[in-house]
Amino acid sequence: MTAFTNYFSDVYRTFRSVAIGMSVTMRQMFAPVVTLQYPNVKKAMPERVRNRLYMNFDDCIGCELCAKACPVDCIDIEVMKAPPTENLGETSTGQKKRIYVTKFDIDIAKCCYCGLCVYPCPTECLKMTDVYEFSEFDRNNLIYNFGTMTPMEIEVAKGKVKQNEEEQAAKKAVAAAQAAAAKATAAAQAAATPAPVPPSPAVLAPQPPDKDAQTPPKAE
Amino acid sequence: MEFITSALENQILLTVLNAALPLLFILPYALVTIYIEMKMAAHMQNRLAYMQTGYHGTLQPFADIVKLLQKEDIIPTAADKFLFILAPYLVFVGTYASFAVLPFSSAYAGSELDLGIFYLVAASSLVVVGILMAGWASNNKWSLFGALRSAAQIVSYEIPAALAILGVVMIAGTMNLQTLTSLQSGGIHEWIIFGGTLPLGHKLALIPFIVVLFVIYLISSMAEVNRTPFDIPEAESELVQGYNTEYSGMKFAIFYLAEYANLFLVSAVAVVLFFGGWASPFGELMSGPLWGTFWFVTKGMLFVCLNIWLRWTLPRMRVDQLMYVSWKVMTPFALLCVIVIGFILVL
Repeated sequence: MTAFTNYFSDVYRTFRSVAIGMSVTMRQMFAPVVTLQYPNVKKAMPERVRNRLYMNFDDCIGCELCAKACPVDCIDIEVMKAPPTENLGETSTGQKKRIYVTKFDIDIAKCCYCGLCVYPCPTECLKMTDVYEFSEFDRNNLIYNFGTMTPMEIEVAKGKVKQNEEEQAAKKAVAAAQAAAAKATAAAQAAATPAPVPPSPAVLAPQPPDKDAQTPPKAE
Repeated sequence: MEFITSALENQILLTVLNAALPLLFILPYALVTIYIEMKMAAHMQNRLAYMQTGYHGTLQPFADIVKLLQKEDIIPTAADKFLFILAPYLVFVGTYASFAVLPFSSAYAGSELDLGIFYLVAASSLVVVGILMAGWASNNKWSLFGALRSAAQIVSYEIPAALAILGVVMIAGTMNLQTLTSLQSGGIHEWIIFGGTLPLGHKLALIPFIVVLFVIYLISSMAEVNRTPFDIPEAESELVQGYNTEYSGMKFAIFYLAEYANLFLVSAVAVVLFFGGWASPFGELMSGPLWGTFWFVTKGMLFVCLNIWLRWTLPRMRVDQLMYVSWKVMTPFALLCVIVIGFILVL
């Protein structure tokens, strides 16, 4: 008898479940649509979203902290120390620029969007934007060249740096000669009077302010 | 029909035109139904479906047709070429032949055959041959399995469907679909689902059994067009695409067209048998040849939409469940109803 009643209750439950299912789909049919028509309508990004890196080259002081922080080494920087006489201007935060940045490339294809490069930047010139549509057909287009120095400017800068180095080298030679002479006289004096005069002030005194302290012993 | 006959004296041209008229309906109907189906499916899942081609994607079915037309028509090397090419056309012919007896309006039915509904059941069985042919000729395990399942399913479900049709034929006393519709043209209360033109006592006694027969016909017609929940011949997750796995391009399009045409066919049969065909629900009001076509197509489309609704609601049945429903539930119920209707009519 149970088989008999089961048979009819199965028939009943079938129709009941079909009716429930149909009412669910009918209700869903007039429920609000959740589709976002993506290229036309875009979802608002969260406030602190991390997408494409943006770099304001005008504010870069060439400290390379970002390149060191990057876990995937996608930031490629080449720098040259500018001569002290050269005026490279200031950043928007008022910091003086002292270094030529000849190359500042970010390989955004390698970037893992961790944002670790953003925090160390002392002038806040690196930041992550909310731009996420930047696919390219050629992978090389994903290497962004933020550096604004033209090859000619780089050559000029290189010349200046070289000239400065030569001048510095010449100065060093002069200073070394002077230092040697001073040392010789000091030694002579020391030999005459055995009072223990520390030699360093005498050595450093004639040197220019940015002169390396290690130079005189080398020159000897 | 008369105005066409009077306009065209040429008998051959007349026959060709007469035969081509349902096609003129099927092609736009298929496009519209593809669109409706995609939209309904999407909205049931809180999606939008086509939005880019034309206003709300209205041109998408045309784009689909163009895509199918320019696709490469691949015939597998190991396939039986002749049968492989023949199969989709046979499936479509089976469906289209059944359209011959459908009374689209009081003025037009391809053929006012006295054995109308009997012919329709017989002709639509030709689809099974086409599907089996497709599965066998593809020389592919999935195709063959799909075809075998389809054959088993259609043959099983034709029995309750035929019994349901038999019940209606007993009440109406005719197999001619045009006459059957004329009998119901007196308004909504004369539709066979409400007992036809019989006396009131008979009607009230008949209605529950006719409703059961209608439900049985609806379920078995869904099984006959191989749509979810009875889409085991095409079960994507098991059989790739079933019997049309190896078909591409225009041949696949013909399978697709045949499926949609078949969907309308079974809906139209349900309409003619239970819901008065081209007859207006308001009796004499809004009746006439053109209104007839309107009512026929509208009612048919409502059933098509019901099919789509069910398709996107229910999951696929298992093969054994499918057989269980057909042989152990629907066939006994249909038989019982037919017997009871017979007794009521005799009394």
